[in-house]
Parts: sequence; C-alpha cells; structure tokens
Amino acid sequence: MAEAQSTAKRSRFDFGYFGYQLKRSPLTMVGLIMVVLVLIVVIFAPVFATHDPNAIDLRARLAPPSMAHFFGTDEVGRDIYSRILFGGRQSIAVGFFVVFLAGLTGTVLGALSGLIGGRTDTVIMRLMDVVLSVPSLALILALAAALGPSLVNAALAIAIVRIPFYVRLVRGQALIVREMAYVKAAHTFRAGRLHILRWHILPNTLSPVIVQGTLDLGSTILLASALSFIGLGAQQPTAEWGAMVATGRNYILDQWWYSGFPGFAILFTATGFNLFGDGVRDMLDPRQKAR
Amino acid sequence: MSAGKTRDTVLELSDISVRFPSGSDWLGRPTSHVHALNGVDLDVQRGETLGIVGESGCGKSTLAQVLLGLLQPSEGLVSGAAASDESALQIVFQDPQSSLNSRMRVWRVITEPVFARQRKSTMELRRLAVELAAKVGLREETLDRYPHEFSGGQRQRIAIARALSSDPDVIVLDEPTSALDISVQAQILNLLDELQRERSLTYIFISHDISVISHMCRRVAVMYLGQIVEIGDAASLLAHPRHPYTQLLLGSVPKLEEDGLGELIEETELPSNRRLPSGCFFFDRCSFATEACRQPQQLIDGVRCCRAEELALTAAG
Repeated sequence: MAEAQSTAKRSRFDFGYFGYQLKRSPLTMVGLIMVVLVLIVVIFAPVFATHDPNAIDLRARLAPPSMAHFFGTDEVGRDIYSRILFGGRQSIAVGFFVVFLAGLTGTVLGALSGLIGGRTDTVIMRLMDVVLSVPSLALILALAAALGPSLVNAALAIAIVRIPFYVRLVRGQALIVREMAYVKAAHTFRAGRLHILRWHILPNTLSPVIVQGTLDLGSTILLASALSFIGLGAQQPTAEWGAMVATGRNYILDQWWYSGFPGFAILFTATGFNLFGDGVRDMLDPRQKAR
Repeated sequence: MSAGKTRDTVLELSDISVRFPSGSDWLGRPTSHVHALNGVDLDVQRGETLGIVGESGCGKSTLAQVLLGLLQPSEGLVSGAAASDESALQIVFQDPQSSLNSRMRVWRVITEPVFARQRKSTMELRRLAVELAAKVGLREETLDRYPHEFSGGQRQRIAIARALSSDPDVIVLDEPTSALDISVQAQILNLLDELQRERSLTYIFISHDISVISHMCRRVAVMYLGQIVEIGDAASLLAHPRHPYTQLLLGSVPKLEEDGLGELIEETELPSNRRLPSGCFFFDRCSFATEACRQPQQLIDGVRCCRAEELALTAAG
C-alpha cells in the first residue's frame, strides 16, 4: 500500500514538473497545441474533408475561397482544403519516417562506435565525416535525384543525411557511459558487449535521441516539402504541400489561395514542431535540471 | 610469510608489474611509462580480511583491477583458486552513486552479475533479489524502485547485494565506506562482518582510513609507489610500524588527544611514477636514509627497509 502511494505521489510530481515547465515557457505550450491540432486534423482527415482530394471539377476551376470550397480550388477544380488535409499525411509521415530511420540507424552505429572503439569507431566516424563534409541540402538533392523522384526516395535521402547527427550524439553519450563505474562493475561480472549495450548504453542515450528527434521533425517536414516543391518529392496527382505550393506558383499573382494555404500549412506545422522540440530540449537538458 | 604457504591460499600475486604507456613520439612509440605497480607479491588466505592501505596514487586501485582480472599485468602472475573461476571474485566500489545504473530497477541491479552471464527467468531473478535484499537489510517492497531513490548507505547495501549475487569467494572492497557518513559507515562495516562470518567470505579491503582498516582487518599490506613496503599482522603493524613510510602514514592521521604542535612531520609528496628511483623508493622522503638505502630494497620479514631492525632498536632504546 505504502509503495503504491509513493509511486502515485512520484508520478504526480513528475507531471507537476512537466506542467511547471510548460507554464514557465508559454511558447512550448503553443508549440504543443499546434502539433496536437495538426496531428488531429491530419489523422482524421476523412472526417474533416469536405471533398474527395483528387476529385476533378472543371466547372469550378481556380475558384476563390467560399463556403463550398473553404480554401478555393486549383486549376482542375480540386478542393484545396481537402487536399491540404490529406497532403498533411504525406508530409508528417515523411517527418516521422525520417526521424525513426535516422534515429534508429544512428543509434545503432553510434553505440557500436562508442562501445567497440578502435578501428570500427574510426571507420564509422570517417564515413559520417564524409556525409557531413558535403553541404546537406546539396547532398539531399543529389541523393534524391539519383534515387529517382518520389516521396519515399526523398525521405530516404533526408534520412541518410540526418544519420551522422544521431551517430555523433549517441557515440558521445556511449563514451561517457562506458567510463561509468557501473559499466566497470559490469565488466567484473564478465558481461558481454550486448549486455552492456542493452542494459547500460541504450537506456542512458534514449532521452537525448528523443530530444534530437523532436527537434528534427519540423525541419524534416520543411525539407520534404522543399524537395516536393522542386519536383524531387511527391509526384502528381498526390496531394502534398510542397508540390501544391510549386504548381500554385504559376497562379500566384491572381489566385493567391492556391500556394498560400499549403504554404501556411507548412509554416504552421514546422513552427509547431520546432517550438515543441525546443521546449522538450529545455526540459530534458540535465544542465538546466538542478539535481 | 613462511607460514603463508601451508594455509589455504585463494589468490596469489607473484611479482606483478603494471606499466601504462604515456605520450608517444611521431612513430607512435610510447615515450615514457607510468609505473603503477612494481613487483607486488601478495597472497590472500581463504576467509581472511586483508587490508591494503596507502595514499592516493600508490597503486591500490590498479591492484584491485589486476585482482579482478580487468587488467593484464605487464609482468608477473596471478594464480590461485579464485583466479581461474570468473564468478569467484566481485567488487564493491567506493561511490555507490556512480556504481549503480540509475536506469535499472534495484532488483535488476542486484541480479545483474547473474543475468549478464546466463539466461534466467524473471521469476528466478526476482526470487534471488528478494533473498539477497533480506541478507543486506533492504525491504522487499523497495526492489522495484530506482537506485537514486535510496540514501548513500542503502545504495551501498544494494552494491553489496549485487556483489553477493554470483556467490563469490572473494570480494574486493574498494573504499566501500569512504563516501558515507560516519554513522552509516559503522552499519555497513557490521553488515560486511556479518556476511563474512555467514558465508566464509574473503575480503580484500582497500582503504586509506586507518581506523576502518584496524577495525576490519587481520592482516594489512602498506603500499607505496606500486610496491608493498610493509605487510603483517594488523594489530602489531599498526601499533609498531617498522617501515619509515608506515610511520609517516600513521603519524599523519589526526589525533584528538594531541594539541597539533606535537611532532611535526615533514609534508612531502609522492614522487613521480614516470621515472622510478634506483634505490629505495622512499629514499627522497625518508629522514633515516643512509648510503645503504641507495640499493634496491627487498621485502624481508614483511618490511621493505634495510634499516628496519636498527630503527626499531633505536626507538626502543
């Protein structure tokens, strides 16, 4: 009983701390609200959409925003509001896919690099240096073009370029943890590398990786949209924010709503994730948390 | 030393030296070496508590690592029953803050030496954890908490439970109480004492705290610059130190009775272990040094000092 009570007290305290941090930085709260809003809208896109995102209606071409079409229509009469809702699925899926892929690969490589050291470490880190030495946008463009224009390939290209950041992060953390007395103790138990990786290094690197991932979501969504904008990402007729901005560009002087609304959706989502990511970093940063 | 051969020796170090390369020239060859241990001979008897004292940097911790097999000696041999069996040796570290992973639940921490080596069901591990927790005086309900929720003394109890979990013969205690409050120190020392009697454990007790050593140990080895300079029965060694360094070490312990102006001992630093002295390692700091001390000293009758007998006589007379 006493145990259950104390656990309850602790979790309430933790929530209190989280809430306290949120209150202390209203921007994080704003970011969180924006992210939650975007996620709800995108997940329940079929519920909120008023039209089929790909339904063509040539009689209503380039119609301005109205009650029938909240955000107007495009050059073949598709409803922009519905296309933005469905298009968000692409952008956000790319964001999570990239962060998951780069985070996972980077964590494994970084942990191996830090734990094994020696030649393995040198090979992995030099490889990462090669990736980092090329300006990331140029490398993403080259990779996406080489892989062929599609949203999955664009996501792969971005993931490859993001991997070194996670490798460096996790390797640094692994080097710290490796020197801790509890790892030395584990050596005296004759624990294998896998045991040390599973029980000591990974649990202690998880929170910085999560922070880095949250920070990366916003910029990844932005990058994926940029790739679609220049034609290396999502292809017609898939609804995708960057691609919509790109085709809308031709009509920007007379039909501002065509690029305007998708552009605003990108801005809103990226800003939300960035604000939230910054807040999470501040919360989990051990230098700020007085022990 | 002569009696040592006939008793039950669990660990024996013969002429152990450990050097670490330091600095390197343009070809990557080491330019110098740090001499951490310089010919240590030591035997550990089953069931005894062997104390190892010395100031920081004298090689105590390196010795612990060699004992545990974490460090291969550059020269010399570790032998004995406990040397070949990997689970026969365990260690309790000085700082229970950093020696326990704060991301593992206590029952996991306690049983780590077991599940690091072999697959065991959660049920079995938990049962073992409960049993060990009772042994070291931890309540069963606390096993699901994380180490940082405990006080320093309790954390050290967790570390001791962990050391016991693989059922070792020898436990190396690397300053197990120096990070603790005085009142908690006594509790931990009593616990160690109890466990030793119950399980006929052998302790190697590394410390710089003379009072703890005199309380716990039957035999004491005094280390200086990677060598054992004096070894013998704890009571007589601490009461009548024969090596000048042991005298210096014991004399530097603050005493309440003295008014602080009694005998001023020259404060000198441990010399560099980059370049070893050619003669007696203690030559530069010793106030009794003579020409004979320029020769390397042998450990004779438990003392590494050629003037030990002479000095004892003058002290007595």
